[in-house]
Amino acid sequence: MKFVGVTSCPTGIAHTYMAAESLEQAAKDAGHEMIVETQGSAGSDPIPQSVIDAADAVVFAHDLPVKDAARFAGKPTIDVGVKRAISDGPGLIAQAAAAAADFKANPAKAAAAAAAAPTGGLATKVDSSASLGTQVRQWLMTGVSYMIPFVAAGGILIALGFMLATFALGKDGPVLITAYDINLPKDVAHSIMDSFNPLSLTWWAALLFRVGVAAFGFLVPALSGFIAYAIADRPGLVPGFVGGAIASTTGAGFLGGLVTGILAGLVARWISRWKVAKGVRGIMPVVVTPLLSTLIVGGLFIVVLGRPIKALMDALTNGLNGLGGGSLVILGLILGAMMGFDLGGPVNKVAYTFATTGLATVGLATDAVQYKIMAAVMAAGMVAPLALALATQLRPKLFTEPEQENGKAAWLLGASFISEGAIPFAASDPARIIPASLVGSSITGALCMAFGATSPAPHGGIWVSLLFGNIFGFLIALIVGVVVMAAIVIALKSRDHSLAAANA
Amino acid sequence: MSLISESQVILDLDYPDRHQATRALAETLVADGRCTDLDLFLSDVRKREEQMATGLPGGIGIPHARSGGITTPSLVFGRSRNGIDWGAEDGPATLIFLIAAPDGGGDAHLAILAKLARKLMRKDFRQSLSDAATAAEVVEIVEREVVNA
Repeated sequence: MKFVGVTSCPTGIAHTYMAAESLEQAAKDAGHEMIVETQGSAGSDPIPQSVIDAADAVVFAHDLPVKDAARFAGKPTIDVGVKRAISDGPGLIAQAAAAAADFKANPAKAAAAAAAAPTGGLATKVDSSASLGTQVRQWLMTGVSYMIPFVAAGGILIALGFMLATFALGKDGPVLITAYDINLPKDVAHSIMDSFNPLSLTWWAALLFRVGVAAFGFLVPALSGFIAYAIADRPGLVPGFVGGAIASTTGAGFLGGLVTGILAGLVARWISRWKVAKGVRGIMPVVVTPLLSTLIVGGLFIVVLGRPIKALMDALTNGLNGLGGGSLVILGLILGAMMGFDLGGPVNKVAYTFATTGLATVGLATDAVQYKIMAAVMAAGMVAPLALALATQLRPKLFTEPEQENGKAAWLLGASFISEGAIPFAASDPARIIPASLVGSSITGALCMAFGATSPAPHGGIWVSLLFGNIFGFLIALIVGVVVMAAIVIALKSRDHSLAAANA
Repeated sequence: MSLISESQVILDLDYPDRHQATRALAETLVADGRCTDLDLFLSDVRKREEQMATGLPGGIGIPHARSGGITTPSLVFGRSRNGIDWGAEDGPATLIFLIAAPDGGGDAHLAILAKLARKLMRKDFRQSLSDAATAAEVVEIVEREVVNA
């Protein structure tokens, strides 16, 4: 059988690796294959997703929370402390083999068991022992990663609504459709609940648009709520969501959401650490903490923080609208470089969040700057995985076997605008992959702006290309960037290969 | 990079408890500048022991810490004939590995300690250290099996 595992311990220099060795040895002795990801202090090489997907069972032997545990979701899992793996590797392997066999024999039961297993609630990516800078970054990343599904669902529905509206009502469809709403008691002719007609394209356009808007409305609250959650755990959710909703209403946008999220998290964490009388302790998490923290965050934001942040956000939007041809190309270049720099990391997410929040601006023309930015960011974000897929296809010998496997998956990931498809490559060889990615992605970003391609959809890559304006411009920009990056990767890798060969 | 020198081997480590034994082992790191703040390092090791004792089945103790008092990743090896209680369920530890890592140190440094930790799980490695007749032999085994492997 094939197993994968994760080991970790508080110090990260001894038990983590001993446990990994113990598990791998025990698996080998029992005739299985096993790869263990050591989440210790010597850095950890993430197990390629393809290997995880192929595994029959998972062993977590850990004293720290498993990082990115979602990668292993749905597999039969043995979850123990790190010491168990050191003292009883063979026993754990036998347990894993039994769990895998049981899972195969009865997948439904196993899946139910997996779902019911205590996973510690929602996942956060925060390591409380890290430095403050790292923690802040992790707070923001947690918020952003929970926000993105809302953006994807809402944004694509809105874009599809606009597309249908164009078919149904002509060029001005996207503007006309905004007159429709879910429930308009005084204007039944535009009220979806009252007058929905399944045979009319217009009504379907209105329906998609309004459901999308509803989902999009959670963008800032979810961002804010989950930043607060990352800081303060559950007590952060209520003030975070409410603060985010208020930030939305005041027009302070995602900047406001960042502020309310952090504020809510800190306030909730502070209150939940109060030492209170025993009688009050029981009602703290249900009543006192949410009540006080929500009042403090909401009140502060409305009275004090809201105005300056809204002013900043307005300045940003006006600045964007004022950008003309040349400066747009430079903006595309910069955003492209940001997308390619850390491939799904915080810099990438800043550029992406910047682009998607532009989409939320109401009543945009079909060639609005916000749509051009979205197209440039999307195209740039597709470059790295596609270029690496191309490079592994052209020169497989320059890549390890798992990388070649990753390369195949990267076609699909890249086409779907999932920059993270390039991470396994960048993680193992950042010195060559990142510069290549920077060049390729920024070229694509700049070209895409120069051609004036637009995208009203925040996510989806090639699958939402029907919604694009000037799709040929988009494709040419993308292809040029991909070819350039693949060429640089191949050139850098083969130069160093021949150097290594000469030195050997 | 060397992890251990002959002065970092104590073949007759006999103390009534693990804290005194740890101090004796750690003191060997001060002379050649591997440890610049003995008290800080000892308190970091102690903190780790208090989280959970580092004794392991098979008579092994691995006190360890990342510490601001350490400049170079280091191993100190101690062997105790009578055994010292290191908190393992199956009895006292006879082979003690004090592992010292600098705070924050680079990946290359930490990778070598990772390699050492993996080696500790190998019976043949442990046996050869248990059988070593001299400090020089211990150093030679570690160099061969960990540093240059």
